[in-house]
Amino acid sequence: MDTENNKECCKPEIALDLTAANKILDQYRGKPGALIPVLQKVQAHYLWLSQPLVEHIARELNIFLSEVSGVVTFYSQFYTAPRGKYTIQVCRGTACHVKGSLRILEQLAADLGVEPGEMTKDGKFTLEEVNCIGACGIAPVIVAGSKTFGSISVADALEAIRNFEEGA
Amino acid sequence: MSKAVTSTKKNTEQTETKDQIRVMICMGTGGMSAGAGDVYDAFNKELAQRNVSAKIGPRSCNIKRTGCRGLCAMDVLVDIEIPGFGLHTYKHVKAEMVPDIVDQHILELQPVQKWLTGEDYHKFHDKQQRMVMAECGIVDPESFDDYIAEGGYTALVKALAMEPEEIIDEVKKSGIRGRGGAGFPTGMKWGFCRATPGDLKYIILNADEGDPGAFMDRSLLEGNPHGVLEGLIIGAYAIGCSHGYFYCRAEYPLALKRLEIAIKEANEHGYLGENILGSGFKFQAAIKEGAGAFVCGEETALMASIEGQRGMPRPRPPFPAHQGLWKKPSNINNVETFANIPLIINKGGDWYASIGTEKSKGTKVFALTGRIKNTGLIEVPMGITLKEIVYDICGGVPGRNREFKAAQMGGPSGGCIPTQLIDVPIDYDSLMEAGAIMGSGGVVVMDNTACMVDMARFFLTFTQQESCGKCVTCRIGTKTMLEILTRITEGDGKEGDVELLISLADDIKGSSLCGLGQTAPNPVLSTIRYYRDEYDAHIKDKRCPANACKALLKFEVIDDLCKMCGICLRQCPVDAVIWKPKTKAVIVKDKCIKCQTCIDACPFLAIE
Repeated sequence: MDTENNKECCKPEIALDLTAANKILDQYRGKPGALIPVLQKVQAHYLWLSQPLVEHIARELNIFLSEVSGVVTFYSQFYTAPRGKYTIQVCRGTACHVKGSLRILEQLAADLGVEPGEMTKDGKFTLEEVNCIGACGIAPVIVAGSKTFGSISVADALEAIRNFEEGA
Repeated sequence: MSKAVTSTKKNTEQTETKDQIRVMICMGTGGMSAGAGDVYDAFNKELAQRNVSAKIGPRSCNIKRTGCRGLCAMDVLVDIEIPGFGLHTYKHVKAEMVPDIVDQHILELQPVQKWLTGEDYHKFHDKQQRMVMAECGIVDPESFDDYIAEGGYTALVKALAMEPEEIIDEVKKSGIRGRGGAGFPTGMKWGFCRATPGDLKYIILNADEGDPGAFMDRSLLEGNPHGVLEGLIIGAYAIGCSHGYFYCRAEYPLALKRLEIAIKEANEHGYLGENILGSGFKFQAAIKEGAGAFVCGEETALMASIEGQRGMPRPRPPFPAHQGLWKKPSNINNVETFANIPLIINKGGDWYASIGTEKSKGTKVFALTGRIKNTGLIEVPMGITLKEIVYDICGGVPGRNREFKAAQMGGPSGGCIPTQLIDVPIDYDSLMEAGAIMGSGGVVVMDNTACMVDMARFFLTFTQQESCGKCVTCRIGTKTMLEILTRITEGDGKEGDVELLISLADDIKGSSLCGLGQTAPNPVLSTIRYYRDEYDAHIKDKRCPANACKALLKFEVIDDLCKMCGICLRQCPVDAVIWKPKTKAVIVKDKCIKCQTCIDACPFLAIE
């Protein structure tokens, strides 16, 4: 399923518009330690780092592709598969764990029909586990888009996601 | 020093507005998620609509966004301070409550009693000693002028008039030890880096607070970013650094935003840049956003990450003080450490050293979470006991038939403090002796429904995922330990598993390069040390004494314990419980999805 998704979303990527990437690259070219900020900014624009993008960045920054791929796969916040419009982060920190966040994750996954890390079929959500978002005082916590839901029960979490619209 | 003079002048100007009414709204991550944004808007709207400024005469009413004041469990917290009338705090404030508060409290001086915080709130603060956190909850984190008005940057002014060595001596005298976890004396660290020859040196602030269950640094950065920045600038001056980095996790968007504003404003006012406050000292700071790797909290890995590489640790020596970022001498400290520096400079090292115990000086900020009534952030003097923290400050463990079982300190590098050691004083050495560590300050409280084997497995899952893979023992060892622990929690434990875990733990601790591997087995060793019986129950009896490990649960009601209250029926999401008043509950196994909601809900621990 994953590869199918990949293919589908890659189609428009064939004619990848590199204007935005080049603009970012121009700001950083020649600066030490540029790779990670470049990857972050490029990803912020394109939502995920497709192989052509990674190759382009390697070429432009004059860094071995292997090295760039090494960095991309090392950090958990670089994505090499398409992302949904909104990311649902289920915090799996200690405090959230003690307060039952695994149950929230399992039920959300079942409800959305995805495994953690995957995108829903309609492309609306990517469900993701995060280690700790540091809002332990209001555990368990989920973040959907830019909204944080604290002290949430399994039922409320399902409800929140089913009705989720940004800005609503 | 001309700039310094202007800044004190500004202070006196600000005192003239001291008789203004202040509405302070907690807008940290906790507050925001509880709806602080709406509350802030509501106050602005109501004050304008009711034409409050005309009614209260010449005094103005100032609505302030502040950082976290600690008690996240009561968010949104709003302080209203009316000169001559004192300060009142409202809890659980919602936007719809604002009109009444404005009418009754601000206009008629009749606080709305039913929404005010009670004894709990005061008890929460009684035993605390808020120094580092003093400004959080008072100062507007997005305003330079406000920080100055609260007496900010006076330590920097003082420090710039001192010799760098004097500053380092003062920090040494204070006895402060690194707040990131390991507890290395800060003054000594600065001294090493200052002594290393070199024109270009770096100072780095480590805000890669990755320990699950810890959010002290986030709250400090969100609540008082200028305070942290001030400490960093003083450190840079003392060591002789011209460049600084804030390495902050990307998971903290609000902290990043507020840091950015703080750096920009400090630049504009001449507190950063070419010639800081006319002293000739030049220093520039930039933010580096992390990309999600726990191991980057380790200093050499963090530096590799700033350089744009995979964040993997390297052997030391050479130590960062000699060869750090881009092979230049570098100094790296934790957020809380830097936040303490302005206090030490302003009030002196001797004053600081008078707080705390013989070997652990000052205060420590802890994040209290888990099964505890008042979750939140506290600051206490070193040497206070765990019992005082849990019961006096945080109000104990909530729920019927739920009692304190253990406190996990130091996250995935730390260990558990069991009930029998609850009187342990909180300082670096006593905690070490008890098998836990100070760590960065995360304390997760567990009650009798928490399974300690599951806890150990939880932490190993984390360290196994976060191991960078460089050292074989850490990469494969943590995986093997996790496999064994998973087996035990699923009822497939074997005789000898515990001994195997201990032996693996020794190997991993002994032959890993960095702190991640060297401490990864600690949660396992500590739970084996205090809860060996739970491991045995899982392995020999295939039973989880805390009823937490799903695979070992029967999902049956224990008739003797069932008090026929029916809570399980009401909570069950799939109607798998049969219950009528005055009958014992029965769980229908065909319908049960094993979500454990009933087990959490049962006040009598009657489901196994």
